[in-house]
Amino acid sequence: MAVMTYLEAGKLALAEEMRRDPLVWAVGEDLGRGGVFGQYKGLAEEFGHDRISDAPISESCIMGAAVGAAMMGTRPVVEMRFSDFALCAVDELVNQAAKARYMFGGQTRVPLVVREPIGIWRSSAAQHSQSLEAWYAHIPGLVVVVPSTPADNRALLKAAIRCDDPVVYMEHKNLWGLEGEVPDSDAGVGEVAELGKARVLREGADVTIVSWSAAVHSALAAAGSLAGRGLEAEVVDLRTLWPWDRETVMASVRKTGRLLVVQESVSVAGFGAEVAASVAETLHAALKAPVRRLGAPRIPISYAPPLEDRVRVTEEMIVAAAQEMAAVAA
Amino acid sequence: MPSGEEPPVTNLDIERYRERFRQMCRIRFFEEEAIAAARDKLVLGAIHPSIGQEAVAAGVCGNLRRSDIILSTHRGHGHTLAKGAEPLPMMRELFGRDGGYCQGKGGSMHIADFSVGMLGANGVVAANINIAAGAAHAIKLKGGDEVVVCFFGDGAINRGPFLEGLNWAGVFKLPILFVCEDNGFAATTRTKAMTAGAGPAARAEALGIPASEVDGNDVVSVDETARELLDTVRRGEPRFLVARTYRLTGHTSSDAAAYRPEEEVKERWLNDPIENCRRLLEAAGVPAAELTALHEAAAAEMKEAHEAAKATDWPAEALAYADVQDVGDPRKGAF
Repeated sequence: MAVMTYLEAGKLALAEEMRRDPLVWAVGEDLGRGGVFGQYKGLAEEFGHDRISDAPISESCIMGAAVGAAMMGTRPVVEMRFSDFALCAVDELVNQAAKARYMFGGQTRVPLVVREPIGIWRSSAAQHSQSLEAWYAHIPGLVVVVPSTPADNRALLKAAIRCDDPVVYMEHKNLWGLEGEVPDSDAGVGEVAELGKARVLREGADVTIVSWSAAVHSALAAAGSLAGRGLEAEVVDLRTLWPWDRETVMASVRKTGRLLVVQESVSVAGFGAEVAASVAETLHAALKAPVRRLGAPRIPISYAPPLEDRVRVTEEMIVAAAQEMAAVAA
Repeated sequence: MPSGEEPPVTNLDIERYRERFRQMCRIRFFEEEAIAAARDKLVLGAIHPSIGQEAVAAGVCGNLRRSDIILSTHRGHGHTLAKGAEPLPMMRELFGRDGGYCQGKGGSMHIADFSVGMLGANGVVAANINIAAGAAHAIKLKGGDEVVVCFFGDGAINRGPFLEGLNWAGVFKLPILFVCEDNGFAATTRTKAMTAGAGPAARAEALGIPASEVDGNDVVSVDETARELLDTVRRGEPRFLVARTYRLTGHTSSDAAAYRPEEEVKERWLNDPIENCRRLLEAAGVPAAELTALHEAAAAEMKEAHEAAKATDWPAEALAYADVQDVGDPRKGAF
């Protein structure tokens, strides 16, 4: 086990995959200088500027070129800087990358990874803070990955790079500095996750809290508080939203009889709605309380901290919701 | 131009242009069969015929190797045929039948034959420009000597990917030839009315990509210029070609194109690229009967493709769930 940050784990994953496969390359604005958050620092020195490639501020072309380069047999890792900027390249991702294999009848594959950092981070306001993962989960053809820990940022990014489907890979900006244990590299290869498998981070019998990305850490903190108040919460980190691990979620809710979904993104039409609806459709008879969602209100994210805070789902809110749900059955 | 006043062409490469003539005839008859099939409700979705623009497809693609790459547009039948795709799987695709190039999942606007380097028509105007830049980028990364040709219309120059893709090709010095087929119309609006500045060539030059302009209804001009440009492109420098042409039919096969005067269209038919080529070859001594035979053979080939496509079954319904994705495959738990 080595301890490293979420950012370092992502960098390690990319470097390992680039050493393993000469067809892997990364492209995006400022990559030669290490990327906007430093998540590529030092890689150009090892791999050269053709494989850690700078790009003009042309999100549409960065993504579109990656589609063409992927169809030609390379494996581009696209850096979008902020997921908000990836909206300049939605045609390329949604109309082109996601559909090329299908609409060309299986003649091609588009094995690209687009890294789109999400989340509220340091008074960044409405165009640098969004979590739009649900948009992409809605699109046939895309895989959506939302890592919450350093170990996962390594194992899931490696899996994403090896995946033959286009993968939307959403790191959370507030997690860059998070430290955690990362399993040691096995002959320089390291752990490669299986995409579509959730992880139960804490076991509990009373309520299932399903979450992903940075919200997982609020859920874990809340579970700690709940334990002190006599409620055992089971915390499930989805890790990938498409595919999402129904089996693990259903097994947990079957046990606890209560589902609380916790997400940072806007609750309306968010991915939590999919999880909640699926559980309600499948396990209605086993539920001891109505399913609950906690997410952001449907307002843009502000700059000023007291306003920005209006969209945050806090540990206290999770604790309160879980207690209310437990009270229903009591 | 439409008259018998050209000086006799003595040094015409007859073999070469007989082949271009044949290819143009094949494209023309493919389009005509497709239009007829659309009228008969055999082709179900929209098709965008390239009648009148055949010299661009034949003139450019005739200079490509099988391993070279093209990307096309919604008006892509001509490019696809000229790059070497077979008419029957193309026609089956337009009919939405089994054995179509895309298993009936794409139709006309997503026609593709990756086995001959045809990386797809595209339903979104200009979207292919960025993809083409990336295909050329991959060739460069892998150290290959293939080239990419990206076809688009004059309407595409007003979309963002035109700027981004051309800039990209210039910055990374990519082996790509951009071919702007200027047929004067952006869907059903005259492009000029919606385009500021001096047009496609000036925009390309502004981005540092040398541009050439040719009469796109003269297959010899297209062919010779494309050949020269592609030599440069193969050495790793992007180039831009504007081929001035005219769309003799409507935007789609069901568009009567009433927004332009009949007189204009009638006059443009006198500049039919196929007839222009026929006159050149006859002037160079090719017997008229030989050209008529090529013309008729192309007509028969496409009629046969039409009939055979009509006789083909629909694709199996299970294909609807195939080739979506490996991870999260809907066949392993669609929900």
